[in-house]
Amino acid sequence: MTTRTLQVDALARVEGEGALYVKLNGDEIDTVEFRIFEPPRFFEAFMQGRDCHEAPDITSRICGICPIAYVMGASHAMEQALGIEVTQPIKDLRRMIYCGEWIQSHVLHAAMLHAPDFLNLHDAMAIAKVEPELVKTALRLKKLGNTLMEVIGGRSVHPVNTRVGGFYKAPSADAIAGLIPELEWGVQAARDTALAFAKFDFPDDEGDYIFVSLSQQQVYPIDEGNIVSSTGLDIDVADFSDHFYETHVERSNALHGHMKDGSAYLTGPLARYANNFDKLSPTAKQTAEDCGLGPVVTNPFKSILVRMVEVQYAIEEALRLARAYQPFEPSFIDAPPRAGSGHGCTEAPRGICYHRYSIDDDARITHATIVPPTSQNQPQIEVDLTRVVRRYMDLDDDALRWRCEQTIRNYDPCISCATHFLKLTVERT
Amino acid sequence: MPNLHIGIGNPFRRDDGVGPWLATRLAQAGLNAITHEGDGTRLIDLFADHPNIVILDASRSGAAPGKLTEFNAIAAPVPAEFFHYSTHRFGVAEAVETARALGGLPDRLTLFAIEGREFSHGQGLSPPVAATAERLLGRLLER
Repeated sequence: MTTRTLQVDALARVEGEGALYVKLNGDEIDTVEFRIFEPPRFFEAFMQGRDCHEAPDITSRICGICPIAYVMGASHAMEQALGIEVTQPIKDLRRMIYCGEWIQSHVLHAAMLHAPDFLNLHDAMAIAKVEPELVKTALRLKKLGNTLMEVIGGRSVHPVNTRVGGFYKAPSADAIAGLIPELEWGVQAARDTALAFAKFDFPDDEGDYIFVSLSQQQVYPIDEGNIVSSTGLDIDVADFSDHFYETHVERSNALHGHMKDGSAYLTGPLARYANNFDKLSPTAKQTAEDCGLGPVVTNPFKSILVRMVEVQYAIEEALRLARAYQPFEPSFIDAPPRAGSGHGCTEAPRGICYHRYSIDDDARITHATIVPPTSQNQPQIEVDLTRVVRRYMDLDDDALRWRCEQTIRNYDPCISCATHFLKLTVERT
Repeated sequence: MPNLHIGIGNPFRRDDGVGPWLATRLAQAGLNAITHEGDGTRLIDLFADHPNIVILDASRSGAAPGKLTEFNAIAAPVPAEFFHYSTHRFGVAEAVETARALGGLPDRLTLFAIEGREFSHGQGLSPPVAATAERLLGRLLER
């Protein structure tokens, strides 16, 4: 019997440090492990004793790509704990800055990190040589997302204008109006990029997924909502721990997320899209249809297309909100300290990001739990890898290794966020 | 005289903070200098707006700690393995070579890399890196 070992010691084009190990005994799969060796960061522990108002700023430092997800989750939780109800203009401005995060994060991953997989290229530098206009458009789209975050949040990474209760200062009407021309350009640019990616040759693959996402009243979920699944779950965010749990496995410094019955599940673009297709704009739906996508996508390699449909939607949403924007007062809602607990969950670009905090009488944090999307997706990534290895084991080691790395990049994993990720080893006997 | 100095890195990861350390002192001396977390796509935006740029960064190439290397990025490709990679693996070298492929490099682009020793959590530069940074600071102020 031939043993094959495929190993990737440091996965490329993903955020953070992770590895992959696959061992095959002939045609039998012995081991498939997605390993995260990025060191733990202990955010939940060192927030204990801090003032609750510090949580959004501290947790935003978990990620330089999706800081808004952490700001918003922590803010929502603290507002619940303090009994704060924010106003509709605050909610609208939060959704607009969150659109900026989706745009820059999705475009970076789809165009610069994921697209090379489908062009048999190893990096974005190679794409720039063969598809310069595509890369120029992607860079301009990403800049648009960063500009949204900068105008509303004060800077494009780790915002300084966001806070528990809202914003330190509402942007001027002129500052928001200044975003409109580029947003108008961006809608078509995102659609054109999606249609260009739709010409890629996608590997055959079908996953049997439990899709978990938020469901937001009337609009595609970004910044709030109930947690729903494709298997009928529909719960308040506060009930997260009644239906989901995390376990530690030796191969990973990130906890593995499961549903209460032990099932793996998928969160992120494919899940949001499947659970909320009817809430996309007619124009975003048209782009999906023109890309050959139905209302449910189960080929994870086509997540790149769903991301670009979501980019188009996010630009349309930001445009809608920008056109309606008027400066408002008060820019935040405050409340006196009190003991309590609160929950927050929003749709980070990679999937739902859950926060739970308890605070004491002085509003100091006594307990913090954060469940980022990549933690939740780890078991499903291993299920996907096992399925892909079984289907493509006739490929030679290099080709199989590449296919496995692609499988992981389908998730746009954010390993630093999850450690609280890739090295591929494939061993064949 | 360069019209923009960009200090790249994370001051909370020891020697990775040497770029921001230099940029902060250059700005205090009145020069146009900014710190940058290293997102390559946003570096490309800066290339479009400034014709003469100096990038200051830490390297992790296996050379002796504190070793200073100077690259003329207009004259030759930047070796990708030289620079400590950035979030989502689109860092300085990727930014420079992508901009070169797109015809978006500034007229002059100089990279100074100081080999780091400590990249663990925490603040403060290791002695060999701090010594080289002081010498480079003096040299940049004289330009």
